[in-house]
Amino acid sequence: MAKITAGVATSHVPLIGVGIDQGKQNDPYFKPIFAGYEWTKEWISKPENKPDVVVLIFNDHASAFGQNLIPTFSIGCAEEFAPADEGWGPRLVPNVKNHPDLAWHIAQSLIIDEFDMTIINEMDVDHGLTVPLSAMFGQPDAWPTLVVPIMVNVITYPIPSGDRCFRLGQAIARAVESFPEDLNVQIWGTGGMSHQLQGPRAGLINQEWDQKFLDDLTADPERLRTIPHIEYLRETGSEGIEMVMWLVMLGALDAPKELHRHYHVPASNTALGHIVLENNP
Amino acid sequence: MTNTLHDYTKEFEDIPGTRVFTTKRARQGYWLNQFCMSLMKPENRKKWLADEQSYIADWKMTAAQKEALLARDYNRLLDLGGNIYYLAKVFSTDGLSFVQAVSTMTGMNVDDYKAMMSAGGRSPDGVRSIKDGK
Repeated sequence: MAKITAGVATSHVPLIGVGIDQGKQNDPYFKPIFAGYEWTKEWISKPENKPDVVVLIFNDHASAFGQNLIPTFSIGCAEEFAPADEGWGPRLVPNVKNHPDLAWHIAQSLIIDEFDMTIINEMDVDHGLTVPLSAMFGQPDAWPTLVVPIMVNVITYPIPSGDRCFRLGQAIARAVESFPEDLNVQIWGTGGMSHQLQGPRAGLINQEWDQKFLDDLTADPERLRTIPHIEYLRETGSEGIEMVMWLVMLGALDAPKELHRHYHVPASNTALGHIVLENNP
Repeated sequence: MTNTLHDYTKEFEDIPGTRVFTTKRARQGYWLNQFCMSLMKPENRKKWLADEQSYIADWKMTAAQKEALLARDYNRLLDLGGNIYYLAKVFSTDGLSFVQAVSTMTGMNVDDYKAMMSAGGRSPDGVRSIKDGK
């Protein structure tokens, strides 16, 4: 049976990708950013922790979708996905390979479970998906895991509530657990933490709020489910709203235990957060 | 539901220096944002940089949107329905990083903005709410 063994969350700041692509790991600005991923890189390289498949929750940043199509929740079911050209040419990273049987199974299961997923069979994937893979796996010739991409609209309001995202995570867990193949599955929530990329208030960072959020992933998940959009916007900046995607990950976990945490300010315009949670220890 | 939706969107107008991308803005900025999407193709970036005026001539944008675009006035573009992730295609085509482009909206120069970020970023104190002044 397929089993979710861990949850991983990380910011997906484009600058992390730039740093890796340009070999700036030892640059004084980048060093503290990358240091926090060393633990995870070692952990995930051990055979018992290496995922067969990652269900990766991310948001598209006007790459696969323009304003012509705005699905709230969608799932990639194609064989593979190429890196998107976000305005400076595509990142030179490997294509992301899916586990299409699992993806289609999750899609069916979620729809039967009353989540109206949009199924995507052609998609280029942007930094939202490729930067977390780079942060965890560096620069391999091929990604060492298969990836089922699940996208959440966090750009055009109304976006889904934190609680709705949490319940999507619960439904993903039910879907994965009902897949007959033996698979080590991880669920990753990406994006966040506090940041604002627009307007005169740009550059907002709320370290205290972010740390409490990280604490409550294990201490008080129920509180996190009830945070309204307006609080994310006021307290963590307009793009801090991406943290609802961490709640999809959280919803898929049962009594998670924190294994590793990394928090750093700044990475470009943003606070950088990263956490590894063991599922059902 | 009408009241709930009204209250939901009304609160978004109470955050200092912030334009939340509501359906109203999405409708207003539709063609502006779709124009930005066109810059994902290298051949379009080349055409745009070679002759900006003629590249946007046929796009169904308002005169104000075109003017703000040519001026790279990002705060005005946000007011006219632009969204930052779409506008990113414009500043990426200009060869600017997020930090370089975003700082232009704050009234700070790039170095001062970078220094603020290195010192921990902008505090939320004082910029949470317009009506409450905090």
